[in-house]
Amino acid sequence: MKLYEHSAAGLSQLLKNKEVSSVDVVQSFMDRIERLDPHLKAFITHTPVMALDTATEIDNRRMNGEELQPLAGVPIAVKDNICTEGLHTTCASRMLENYVPPYDATVVGALRKAGLPILGKTNLDEFAMGSSTENSAFFPTRNPWDFSRVPGGSSGGSAAAVSSGMAPLALGSDTGGSIRQPASLCGVTGLRPTYGRVSRYGLIAFASSLDQIGPLTHGALDSALLMDLISGYDPLDSTSLPGKDPNFKASLDPDVKNLRIGMIRQDVTEGFDPEVTGAVHKIAAVLENNGAMVEEVSLPMTNYGLEAYYLIAPSEASSNLGRYDGVRYGYCAGGENIEEMFSRTRGEGFGPEVKRRIMIGTYALSAGYYDAYYLQAMKVRTMIRRDYETVFKNFDLLMGPSSPTPAFKIGEKTDDPVQMYLSDVCNITDSLAGVPSLAVPSGFHSGGLPMGLQLTASPLQERLLLKVARFLELNYEGQQKRPDLKFFEGGAS
Amino acid sequence: MKHEVIIGLEIHLELLTQSKLFCSCSTAFGREPNTNCCPVCLGLPGSLPVFNRRAVELSVTAALALNSNIQKQSRFDRKNYFYPDLPKAYQVSQYDRPLAKAGYLEIEVDENMRTISLERIHLEEEAGKLMHAGDSIRDADYSLVDYNRAGIPLLEIVTAPEIHSGREARIFLEELRTVLFYSGASDCKMEEGSLRCDANISLRPAGSAQLGTKAEVKNMNSFRAVEMALDYEVKRQEAVLSAGGIVTQETCHWDEGQKRTIPMRGKEGSSDYRYFPEPDLLPLSLEASFIENLVDSLPELPQQRRSRFKEQYQLDPNEAFLLTVNRGLGDIFEKAARHYSDHRNLVNWVQGDLLYQLREHGRKTEEFDSKLLVELLLMLDDGKINRPVAKELLSKAVQKGVSPQKLVSERGLGRISGQENLLPLVEQVISENPEAADSYRQGKKKALGFLVGKVMALTGGRADPAELNRLFDEKLQQ
Repeated sequence: MKLYEHSAAGLSQLLKNKEVSSVDVVQSFMDRIERLDPHLKAFITHTPVMALDTATEIDNRRMNGEELQPLAGVPIAVKDNICTEGLHTTCASRMLENYVPPYDATVVGALRKAGLPILGKTNLDEFAMGSSTENSAFFPTRNPWDFSRVPGGSSGGSAAAVSSGMAPLALGSDTGGSIRQPASLCGVTGLRPTYGRVSRYGLIAFASSLDQIGPLTHGALDSALLMDLISGYDPLDSTSLPGKDPNFKASLDPDVKNLRIGMIRQDVTEGFDPEVTGAVHKIAAVLENNGAMVEEVSLPMTNYGLEAYYLIAPSEASSNLGRYDGVRYGYCAGGENIEEMFSRTRGEGFGPEVKRRIMIGTYALSAGYYDAYYLQAMKVRTMIRRDYETVFKNFDLLMGPSSPTPAFKIGEKTDDPVQMYLSDVCNITDSLAGVPSLAVPSGFHSGGLPMGLQLTASPLQERLLLKVARFLELNYEGQQKRPDLKFFEGGAS
Repeated sequence: MKHEVIIGLEIHLELLTQSKLFCSCSTAFGREPNTNCCPVCLGLPGSLPVFNRRAVELSVTAALALNSNIQKQSRFDRKNYFYPDLPKAYQVSQYDRPLAKAGYLEIEVDENMRTISLERIHLEEEAGKLMHAGDSIRDADYSLVDYNRAGIPLLEIVTAPEIHSGREARIFLEELRTVLFYSGASDCKMEEGSLRCDANISLRPAGSAQLGTKAEVKNMNSFRAVEMALDYEVKRQEAVLSAGGIVTQETCHWDEGQKRTIPMRGKEGSSDYRYFPEPDLLPLSLEASFIENLVDSLPELPQQRRSRFKEQYQLDPNEAFLLTVNRGLGDIFEKAARHYSDHRNLVNWVQGDLLYQLREHGRKTEEFDSKLLVELLLMLDDGKINRPVAKELLSKAVQKGVSPQKLVSERGLGRISGQENLLPLVEQVISENPEAADSYRQGKKKALGFLVGKVMALTGGRADPAELNRLFDEKLQQ
């Protein structure tokens, strides 16, 4: 077994036992990146020197007998909308193509402190707006399971990097499914934590009331390890949840006995691949056979989730992205006067999807339309939250597909924004409710592509999600497979 | 037709915090441009705001001092617009749920008390400062921006349209400044821009209930400018209306050089700021105990001090006003009054000679030690020194902080009295001024003053005037 084929937990153990060095580990992933990334295009920026420096330092500290974090020396990839001091952070936008932040996001600070070598910054849909990573201003990322297909998005680079073994761990961000949908399209585990569980400080904002950083990994154990590092109260983020965080890793007892699980009734079946829903039912049967109670539930207001989301998120985005005006940093087109400078900078610096959302949001917040659009959407959001509160009185967990279909073809939905928006339909209401939501592999489609299951819990119950995910890893076939990339590995070794 | 003038004011006040509203950057004035900045106040991608608790305390204190109704639940909103001095392209402000509502301020206009209602008080963040290489951002070759000021906490106070003249507006602002200064919320320095005022002004036929079309006046850099600008607008709008014209809604700025208001270009129509709740901050929730603590620690306010001064020291309204507006002067008075019971004499000295000397030498009230004044007045009352000497000693005390008592004993500035000391001088003056002496002998009492003055000149003002009067009288009656 090659080093890059190990899980983060496995690597952590090898490093701890001094069977391998962090430099060996990082080198293995770097070789993998060198071979695969020219084809997959998961990374915008590679940082091999920095990664090796960190690895060397960690190896030295380990040799000196220092007590280290479990993930010390295990490399990671970071989505390129999370600020890294002294290292390009582009949001896959022309607007920030040359932007180098002067500070680290709180989560990046935590990674550096714990000694995780950063392998690079991963591709995304521009400003995290999209579901296929095709909206990157630089290049699309390919799905490791089928290079003619998308990896999902917006954290497509992170999902593809983990799936293909170019990184054992990655950070993504999820606004309306941007971790969970690409995780399921690439066959990896992706967790959207409770809103406020992980600090947003340094995450370049798309929609502030929805954005959350979370892990993309192989399996629940690795997600738990990474959550132990990145979660917790941050005084720099006013929406960060106070209180002490649990030890995620210490609570993965794979037992589902007496769990009350609600299977979300599919009111709309149109657009859902029957094999995807079939896999969800198969898993429900496995859970029932092991002592869980599974019952169909419906959350009536969630039918309006997509509409509410596509008003609230663009409204916030229209405001959050106002700062890219060419005055202080980023792209500047110049102009004869200030208005011309603003409009040319923004006209040339943003891609079409970003502009579309800024325009939708600007419209929804405008005088005379605010009540009918933004305010109405906020009311729907409140009602959706209530739906969740009601259902969690009787259930511990909700389950359903994490994407209506497996990965679609590159270019298939680029001309139809509504079809593209619909690919997040499974993920969006959990985001609006602010509850934790986990995408785990649910097996393989007859065409060979991975499919995903989404598990949702009430606020702060990430542990429960990871516990059930761990149970499925041990008790449900079709998990933990990796894409066959031998052709691109160049034959050698 | 007679018109009624309707004015509403919008006041912006920088709060006296050490650090900015949403980050720990310093609020110090006059630093090298763009040095008091960080990712938060520069609005760098990914940065987030965190409340400055002190700013909330000062806002609530200011609102309490203005008799306002503090809202236990208020909320922050984003006011979206593009301008180079606004780093995030939105200002974090409060829209429909402000920090305080329904306040008022009492002012005295021509010996009548008027109550001006305050519609709302809210907290927001300051923008940066633009400097143009030219007249405005449109004409300039280039413009520079300094973000040191960006993010300083700003209190906005909006009055009801209840002010009826430029003069009333100025008196209101003066009283407002005094109250806010007393509350400790702001240093209220208009010259550093920590207090700014915009005005809405309209005219309507006297007796009409409907408001006329208003003009908004900006760029008034002193209270005097506010009064002049509003008086100018009254005349301008009156002229328009009298000629049968219609006042158009516009924003204009006051041109201090030309002493007139000039309509601003390109600002026609109202902007759509697309306000919506700031998702990066939780709603502001104030506990009853937090507000009560601030009520309890509210300092004495000008109105209270004025009443107390009138009652406790028997001051007249003008004296009480002066010693309140000039808080430092009032403090000197009050400290001295603890050790000196002739309050009438004390207030005369404080508002007369002391105030004159402080201004003359450019000294701040807090630099002056009230004990020196007490020393001086006690020596004067005991007849140890004369009034002219006292004035000179006060000047020295103000300039250098030297003790009058010490100076008197060191330099022998004490009063010269006793026949043995004064008689030779009286005789010398009579012999040198025979005409004046003759006049007095012939019954011209005024001549005595001249003769006494001559002795004073010879003694540096130290001779005992009562004794001199007696000696001259005796000498010239003989």
